[in-house]
Amino acid sequence: MNLTRDLERARAEIERHAKAFGLDFFPTIFELVDHDELNEVAAFGGFPTRYPHWRFGMEFDRLQKGYRYGLSKIYELVINNDPCYAYLMKSNSLVDQKLVMAHVFGHCDFFKNNVYFAHTDRKMVDRMANHGTILRNLMERHGVADVEAFLDRCLALDNLIDPHSKALRRAAPPPKEEGDAPPAAPAKLKAKSYMDRFVNPGRFLEQQKRDDQAQLRQDARFPSRPQRDVLKFLLDHAPLKRWQQEVLSLVREEAYYFAPQAQTKIMNEGWASYWHSTIMTRRVLRDSEVIDFADHHAGTLATSPGRLNPYKLGIELYRSIEERWDKGRFGKEWEHCESLVERRRFDRRLGQGREKIFEVRRLHCDVTFVDTFLDQDFCDAQEMYVYRTNPRTGRPEVASRDHSLVKEQLLFGLSNSGQPIVEVVDGNHDNRGELRLVHRFEGLELDLKFAGETLKVLETLWGRPVCIESKLDGKGTLVRCEKGEISTKEVAASGASDRPRDDK
Amino acid sequence: MIRRIERDRTRFRDLVRGKIKQDLKRFVAHGEMLGRKGKDLISIPLPGLELPHFRFGDNKKEGVGQGAGEPKSGEGEAGDAPGEHLLEVEVPLSELAQLLGEELALPRIEPRGKREMVAPAGRYVGVRRTGPESLRHAKRTLRAAMKRQLIAGTFDPQDPCIVPIRGDRHYRSWKSKPAAQSAAAVIYMMDVSGSMGKEQKELVRAEAFWIDCWLKSQYRSLEIRYLVHDAAAREVDESTFFHLRESGGTKISAAYELCAKLMREEYPPASWNVYPFHFSDGDNWSGRDTERCVELMKQELLPGCNQFCYGQVRSAYGSGQFKKDLDAALAGDERLVTTEIPDRDGILASIKTFLGKGR
Repeated sequence: MNLTRDLERARAEIERHAKAFGLDFFPTIFELVDHDELNEVAAFGGFPTRYPHWRFGMEFDRLQKGYRYGLSKIYELVINNDPCYAYLMKSNSLVDQKLVMAHVFGHCDFFKNNVYFAHTDRKMVDRMANHGTILRNLMERHGVADVEAFLDRCLALDNLIDPHSKALRRAAPPPKEEGDAPPAAPAKLKAKSYMDRFVNPGRFLEQQKRDDQAQLRQDARFPSRPQRDVLKFLLDHAPLKRWQQEVLSLVREEAYYFAPQAQTKIMNEGWASYWHSTIMTRRVLRDSEVIDFADHHAGTLATSPGRLNPYKLGIELYRSIEERWDKGRFGKEWEHCESLVERRRFDRRLGQGREKIFEVRRLHCDVTFVDTFLDQDFCDAQEMYVYRTNPRTGRPEVASRDHSLVKEQLLFGLSNSGQPIVEVVDGNHDNRGELRLVHRFEGLELDLKFAGETLKVLETLWGRPVCIESKLDGKGTLVRCEKGEISTKEVAASGASDRPRDDK
Repeated sequence: MIRRIERDRTRFRDLVRGKIKQDLKRFVAHGEMLGRKGKDLISIPLPGLELPHFRFGDNKKEGVGQGAGEPKSGEGEAGDAPGEHLLEVEVPLSELAQLLGEELALPRIEPRGKREMVAPAGRYVGVRRTGPESLRHAKRTLRAAMKRQLIAGTFDPQDPCIVPIRGDRHYRSWKSKPAAQSAAAVIYMMDVSGSMGKEQKELVRAEAFWIDCWLKSQYRSLEIRYLVHDAAAREVDESTFFHLRESGGTKISAAYELCAKLMREEYPPASWNVYPFHFSDGDNWSGRDTERCVELMKQELLPGCNQFCYGQVRSAYGSGQFKKDLDAALAGDERLVTTEIPDRDGILASIKTFLGKGR
């Protein structure tokens, strides 16, 4: 920590207030850096010790340019780790620094307590440094060009993971024993011949037979169930060299570490904004600082037409939850209250608001957060709407202010963090070792050009042709890549739209 | 010690350079980048530098908004080509010129005259408490006034009227930096007679861009003039130069006379490096006019310039006689360079001939 005396005093004060409010965080270490250093850390995704890759250089270039032209400025950066590391920009004014510190404590609390972060490695700073060392060593041994090329390929696939798999156990395939073929005929219970018809009814036997066959077909498939963690599948089954496996598994590990941040953008930023606002306005602000604070705060929460600000949506949702639970606006009584006048006056004086939002921040991710708490009252108060492009004029227009539509549209963008859901369905397609993927189509089409490029990458890893089934223009389409050549053909829409359940 | 990120950045830039070099011919031939030219930077779309992912296409026509008012269409989004997701890398023009130079093995130009005049140029860098009223920083001033009124207790939220006083005022301030003034001039002349079609003009445009690019990298700044001619000649601005379509006869001497006048009056050879470029399809009105051109060339143009470049664009109607006449009349004068540009792929070769001598 290298804070100046003023900043250190402010930090101690804010930390005291944050704790008093009930925030619970890892020890937090602030570093004061200039914009070059901050952009450097940001380009590395928060970890100054990361492995070398040109992508970080590209990001750095972009950030530097944005800063130089005054287009963008990073105020703060905080890393999910124990202890939490947070970076403050040297050139910020004292008010800004206080605001940012309060904001950071909000994030730290969220990292520590939100259940979606539970699986993340809290020593990630060390782990990233290890990854850096591993990759540097590999580069020395196998050549920079080769390792970098392979790394590029892995990174092209790093969104093909199963973010929920860390929290729930997908049904494991039953252990198979060699020579344990299912019996040709279903097992019958022993019964006297005259009872056989009743003990083993024909319908039951039929059913048994069908089940056995289904099981057989299932077992013959590889993987036996569609697998969303494509990276894991490749790790287990692709013909990779030892060092390549090492690289791939490290990329996958980092992807899982970053996944919850994409899953909780609205919640995390909303929570941090809620707390910087609360701590600053109730405790820390001096009179002379009010205007600068308000200016900055308003800038952070500004909305512009047609765009959604996660900070704004998040903080307003928390505030609405707090108000509802303070006034007891939930449950049967509230739902059944029809009169507008009464609804407006509705107040059971429960005062459970604070408690409730703490609970919410522990249990929810963006999808469930929006799904559970966005109601018509909230939509009206926040003037939310769904817009659509009018095909006649080519301009976006407000299509609806109905909360169910707003919610649907929002959830649509939030599910799987805005990434297409892709699964491996067959590792031996057509019995010629082809890898077949399926895009679970939910209304948005894949970018064909990018899909083609990605398939090329995948083919080099898999070593055999690869294909992905999706929908284009409403028709089932198979995009295939063989020896770097992309071809598309129409197929009967089989699995692309109807999602087979993997939990029975 | 080199910072870690600098290594990654260098690696990134090397990759960009490599990609551009690989594709230079295509860029030059297709003029893809001409439309996006900024002042010093140019955005070049580079496929293959962005990591591909499975991702959604751009068919999102709907979304959720918040706040009062109608949604606006995002600026600039609608105009872009649909379905294209290329990484746009910004490359300084100087770097591009360097790549061009490396690729074509262009020699450095030795400028004549010592006229690298230096004049101060200003740049706004900060804010201070004094200054001329025209540079007042309205937002800072109002904020200071509001703060003062709040502290003094004269601010009324019901009637938020803020009156700045002398002490609240903030002004932009600048720093001056010496900048070199131009000592090189390029005079483009183009035949816009009926036989020069859209295709031919595109060729000229692409070639002019790359010549600009190279000359700018050789001189600190460049003065560029544009002349068009059919039977008569006149000076126009850049956009007119490239988009004007006229018809009529062709009298090349008209352009040369105007060019000679410009050089006489504004760019005396003692202090200026002058590069006249003339593009035409090679059809002149009459043999007598061509004689007049050769005369002007000998008397005025060639003595006053570093190098006179004549580029002949192939067209369906032109005979291409003018180049032959020039070459015959002025054979052996190395201040005159003539090239023929048959098609887009001929641009690079033509540039090499023009600029390959380093004059």
